[in-house]
Amino acid sequence: MGRYVFKLPDVGEGTAEAEISAWHVVVGDRVEEDQPLVDVTTDKAIVEISAPVSGTVISLHGAAGEMVAVGADLVVLEVEGNGDTKVSKTQFTHAPSSAAAPHQQLSSAPEASAETAAAQAVRLPTARLAAAEAPALRRVAANEPAAFSTRTPGEKSVAAPAVRRRAQELGVALQFVPGSGPGGRITHADLDAFLAGGGQVSRLVGGAALPKQGIEEHKVIGIRRKIAERMQEAKRRIPHFSYIEEVDVTTLEALRLHVNTKYAQQRPKLTLLPFLMRALVSALPAHPEINARFDDDNGVIRRHEGVHIGIATQTPNGLVVPVVRHAETRDLWECASEVARLANAARDGKAAREDLAGSTITITSLGALGGVATTPVINYPEVAIVGVNKLLERPVVRDGQIVVRKMMNLSCSFDHRVVDGWNAAEFVQALKNFLEQPATLFID
Amino acid sequence: MAKTLTPKVLVIGGGPGGYVAAIRAGQLGLDCVLVESDRLGGTCLIRGCIPSKAVIHAAGKFEAMAHSVGKGSCGIRLKEAPVLDMAEMLRWKETIVDKMNRGVAGLLGKATVQVITGRAEFSDGKTCEVQTASGPVTIKTEHVILATGSIALPFPGVPFGGSVISSSEALSLERLPERLVVIGAGYIGLELGIAYRKFGSKVTVIEAREQILPLYDKELVRPVERWLERADVTVHVGAKVTALRESANECTVSVQTRDDAPINVSADTVLVTIGRKPATEGWGLENMAVDMRGPYINVDDQCRTSMRDVWAIGDVVGEPMLAHKASAQGAMVAEIIAGHRRRFDPVAIPAVCFTEPEIVTVGLLPLEAARQGIETVSGVFPFAANGRALTMEAADVGGFVRVLARPDNHRVLGIQAVGLLVSELSGEFAHALEMGAVLEDIAGTIHQHPTLSEAFHEAALRALGHAIHI
Repeated sequence: MGRYVFKLPDVGEGTAEAEISAWHVVVGDRVEEDQPLVDVTTDKAIVEISAPVSGTVISLHGAAGEMVAVGADLVVLEVEGNGDTKVSKTQFTHAPSSAAAPHQQLSSAPEASAETAAAQAVRLPTARLAAAEAPALRRVAANEPAAFSTRTPGEKSVAAPAVRRRAQELGVALQFVPGSGPGGRITHADLDAFLAGGGQVSRLVGGAALPKQGIEEHKVIGIRRKIAERMQEAKRRIPHFSYIEEVDVTTLEALRLHVNTKYAQQRPKLTLLPFLMRALVSALPAHPEINARFDDDNGVIRRHEGVHIGIATQTPNGLVVPVVRHAETRDLWECASEVARLANAARDGKAAREDLAGSTITITSLGALGGVATTPVINYPEVAIVGVNKLLERPVVRDGQIVVRKMMNLSCSFDHRVVDGWNAAEFVQALKNFLEQPATLFID
Repeated sequence: MAKTLTPKVLVIGGGPGGYVAAIRAGQLGLDCVLVESDRLGGTCLIRGCIPSKAVIHAAGKFEAMAHSVGKGSCGIRLKEAPVLDMAEMLRWKETIVDKMNRGVAGLLGKATVQVITGRAEFSDGKTCEVQTASGPVTIKTEHVILATGSIALPFPGVPFGGSVISSSEALSLERLPERLVVIGAGYIGLELGIAYRKFGSKVTVIEAREQILPLYDKELVRPVERWLERADVTVHVGAKVTALRESANECTVSVQTRDDAPINVSADTVLVTIGRKPATEGWGLENMAVDMRGPYINVDDQCRTSMRDVWAIGDVVGEPMLAHKASAQGAMVAEIIAGHRRRFDPVAIPAVCFTEPEIVTVGLLPLEAARQGIETVSGVFPFAANGRALTMEAADVGGFVRVLARPDNHRVLGIQAVGLLVSELSGEFAHALEMGAVLEDIAGTIHQHPTLSEAFHEAALRALGHAIHI
């Protein structure tokens, strides 16, 4: 048997390091060639890394959330034959000698030795569940005399009557409590650990609610960490101010309905977003200071002639901002189809690097969740962001009469270092005028 | 002017379900009234478990003495055959029943439960009237615990009476039956049939299904079958009773045997033990608007009926109709009423047949494992290889202990035993299952030598592949 040291490969152009997002294996696992080992996050993408050879995992380097340099050791496998490295046998103390060993390694490996005892006491219940459900049996050597598997999923939980009774009084559903005893038997200590770990406490019939004591810890890793860094950067560097104006979109909505009806068979339905993009394209030439990127380290504002509109998009992994490049060259439907393409790519995690960079202004819209007003955070190093609030019918006064109009607010934030309030107000009023008189959107 | 009581908890029925519920309610400080129309103790104490065990014990003693006549047994010889004084035997049995009956009354009193003697008749879910010796009493309550129990099913069209008797009458026969026919070879019929055989009756057992104790597997039942053969008890399995006719002093049972041959068996006493039905009639259940599940009152895993704060426990909610199940449910309901959070979630409820020899089953049976497709390993240890059994003349009846466990994690799923006095092993069996024991837990427990319980230890070792004494 030999050792195979698998180093972090180059996972993307110019990538020097990557962050470990999630391990798919634990020490002791048997892996086949091409079986996923680990997910790593680079600047923009999550990359799944597979095993180059078949073997048994001897050690993993780095916990979830840690950065690993390209070329650094990632996984050591025990493989048939000589492997790729000569290591004296004594250097490794693997080979679980008891059924409990995989569990210990499982819980200690990804949680780093720096973790304090107190921190371990509030481990995530999900992590505990994963530990309990990990099929321990297959990691036990064939000649082990007593091999205990954990509980089969769906099977009734196993606990002594006193433990069951206590769980009932506490309102704990034992099927969610991982058991450490033989065959997954749940002990008092397991119940204690579950409660300490913030285990779910259900309300049983006839009982009062119990105070909830649990705290879940989630490491901020991957895209979430990127978002956190960028938001902090934007708010630390940019003195934001927000300007909120209401827009009467009754006419625009009538036009949109008309266009959608007219082209119902030929073209996809338009939302309001492409019209807003069109309004930006129309309004920005008169406000070049707003379609800009501020390189504050060098004290340079770069005003762009082309309008590259970032579209803030919610994905399962968090917020990303794909970019519709050169919106000034696209008509309504081209804008719409590009937005759809980018949104799908972003949600699938397949957006290319250039799809996610280079915007000069950003639109953020929460659709039906848009609320009355928002204070959007600028997509640094841009200097402005346009927030779209909820469209709804409101009573407004026109010619001394209260009438029902379709109203929508725009909540825009600006970088006050380089955009004055006056300019911002003029820009938003221009947007409003274009949207309220949609015909002007199409007059050069 | 009728008296009116307004307790927090009203228990209907003073059997092992009802009286335990009432005592527990009293212990928890709940104002509790228990209504019982007969004597305290229910079927279990008055006409079931306890008196039948007394009769079975007496029968065993008589049989042992009868066996010692002539050639003797273990070097003990009796010159004359023993004499059975049925009246004296029944009197002795009644002293036990009386003692326990008084004991229950004392315990209820200690728990400050008020006992009303009389039949309750419900007018709605929370109100009943009891006709007592001193006039009617109206009881309005917050919580009702229905623990009315069950009654023996008569043979269709032939009510109990005269020489056609149920298990209740079989425990109070003035005269030993000469020829006894037992219809239904479940545990009740066999226990009593075997006892009367030991007293000297000529016994015939008729069972419609293909085996006596039809819920159990052949291996488990075999030692009982062997005893019946040796004791010259006629057993018809797969046989259908087509008619039951009573004349002056005799009863004729017409049987369609397994071979389709119609035969007539005449007897002076016919014991009908074809099952029991929940006691749901005659106390106003129909006025309470609770949902039923077949013949039983429907309850959830907290013994709640469909009506708020009306609870039901024991035989009246369904199988298994066992006193210990009723007691466990009764205690639980009292605790729920007192504000505790409880659920009825036993891993297993032990069941014993006090036949000759005894059978105990706890948890999964091999038949059930096969039916449910559960893979198991099993270990069987015969009492023939158990020292204590040898010293008790209990080694040659074919008894054994059998353990069923999961092959992957060795969790014990079921335990069965057949043999002399194995009923006393039921506690350890049930405890093992409730504690979620694996085979290694049993194997790792030092068992007292020499006892029958060593057979359990060895059965676990055998399932693990390394029994010592076989």
